[in-house]
Amino acid sequence: MAYERKFKIGEPILEVNNISLSFGGVKAITDTSFNVLEHEVRAIIGPNGAGKSSMLNCINGIYKPQQGTVSFMGKEIPNITPNIMAQMGLSRTFQNLALFKRMSVLDNILVGRKLHTKTNFLEVALQLPKVRKEEKINRDRSEEIISFLEIEDIKDTPVGKLPYGLQKKVELGRALATDSSIILLDEPMAGMNVEEKRDMCRFILKVNDELGTTMVLIEHDMGVVMDISDRVVVLDYGKVIGDGTPDEIMANQKVIDAYLGVAH
Amino acid sequence: MTYTKKDLTNLGVCMVLSLIIIPTFIKTEYWYTSILIPWLCLALATIGQQVVMGYTGQLALGAAGFMAAGAFAMFNLILRVPDLGFVGSLIVSGLIAAAFGILFGLPSLKVRGIYLMVATLASQFFIIWMIDKFGWFKNYDSSGIITAQDIVILGKPFTTPLAMYFVCLAVTTVLTLLAMNMARGSTGRNWMAVRDMDIAAESMGVSLLKTKVQAFAISAFYCGVAGALFAFCYLKSLEPVAFDIKLSFKILFMCILGGLGTINGAFIGAAFILLFPVLLNAVGNNVFHGAIDATIISSIEQVIFGLLMIVFMIYEPLGMAKLWENIKLKLKLKLTSSNRKT
Repeated sequence: MAYERKFKIGEPILEVNNISLSFGGVKAITDTSFNVLEHEVRAIIGPNGAGKSSMLNCINGIYKPQQGTVSFMGKEIPNITPNIMAQMGLSRTFQNLALFKRMSVLDNILVGRKLHTKTNFLEVALQLPKVRKEEKINRDRSEEIISFLEIEDIKDTPVGKLPYGLQKKVELGRALATDSSIILLDEPMAGMNVEEKRDMCRFILKVNDELGTTMVLIEHDMGVVMDISDRVVVLDYGKVIGDGTPDEIMANQKVIDAYLGVAH
Repeated sequence: MTYTKKDLTNLGVCMVLSLIIIPTFIKTEYWYTSILIPWLCLALATIGQQVVMGYTGQLALGAAGFMAAGAFAMFNLILRVPDLGFVGSLIVSGLIAAAFGILFGLPSLKVRGIYLMVATLASQFFIIWMIDKFGWFKNYDSSGIITAQDIVILGKPFTTPLAMYFVCLAVTTVLTLLAMNMARGSTGRNWMAVRDMDIAAESMGVSLLKTKVQAFAISAFYCGVAGALFAFCYLKSLEPVAFDIKLSFKILFMCILGGLGTINGAFIGAAFILLFPVLLNAVGNNVFHGAIDATIISSIEQVIFGLLMIVFMIYEPLGMAKLWENIKLKLKLKLTSSNRKT
């Protein structure tokens, strides 16, 4: 790479060790391990049903794997819940959009500021000066993110009324508002046209570059993946079949077979 | 969050209306004792229902149970702890109702939707049963109906309808403002996040347990205070029967017709459901000169309520508050476009 990164890729920030997850008799993930280094853009790819989203759900605590552990910032997290991970500085977006549909864009992003809101409901009810101060800080930060994502003109629109591509942007905005050190993106570019995809790539890289936020993304568009990610892990039938830089992955015979099919 | 100019004008209009215009022009006691006082009390209870159902999205049905808890707590506090005073007792009765709210809100962590509705029905029946079963709550009164004590604030009695109206107005105004602050602030955002997409809310660090329990507690607090006012200012007596499931349903209808997830909808919905029967009666008496039997009128009332519920659910799920917004918007558009033509 030609340019100098402000945040050098560092030690592993997130480690997934021997995770196995099954739903009844169906094995979604089998004995999978990989890691994510600080400040890198890490892609998870694989055919449909390979267990990519399940993997993110395990990391984030929505699913509880039957075996294996997740370590975050060098510490093994025993009872993972989405809430604990959020507090430790891990944020995410969802594959099928999980926005607060009846709330405005600004309010959605403001919910992302939850962990930076320390005042309780009584103080909010009474509108104490410190509540106003905190609210102003949170609003300013949210406005910053809104202008960064270039969605100022829709900030008061209820999210449910927006087209899909914009909703994806809002979801990224909400994840950014948490100021997390790592963000998991579940298919951030699904259903977008080329132009929207290019925008999204730009935002992801810019956040990674300027804030040093570690990005883990699931994506289907190979061009995009090879372009923006530092390292790629390939899942197929719940197992890791390849792990390395984009160039290594492209040359990996197993990966080629999984994607293109093997001649029988 | 700061108040916009529009908020301040709205507040001003409401204050002038309720403090100056209503007391100067309405002289008949009937309006205070039968319409304005119950309206304020029920609107307050409806705000409670809004918090848990409209904002947090938890289908709860048991507002009247919490009202009963508030009313009987008030009676016992004034009876047994007279030092607390009226306002102190009112707050403590709200807190007692809130404790019940937390208890009966716990099922919301495991069940949702229609199942939660059934689970919260338990509060309705349990609280009423408890008051009926243990004589202590009624001070061992055998008649079944206890007369509420007179309202005395700072040594001054508030016994005339107008004075009671002012008591209800003051309490309702303060609690409405607090509710608005919460609904628009970070507290309200947490509620709505849980309502719209709980898993995402949790991933943003919103604790489902804390938010749901908090909403139930605040909701029950509002219902408790409303119940105490309802008993002391409107009924002037305490009987568990007054807080039956019918009242819970009434509050639910006020909430839905007024507009889920709005505070002003609570007032609109309560006004509509209270005034509609009065209006129908007036039409029956004045237009048809009593030719229609009163029982038929009350049946017609039920039919129209049912129809309206269905119509609103289909065409305007956000209720009368939204309808009102739309009318305002259309008028504005019409005015601006006609200005442009001239």
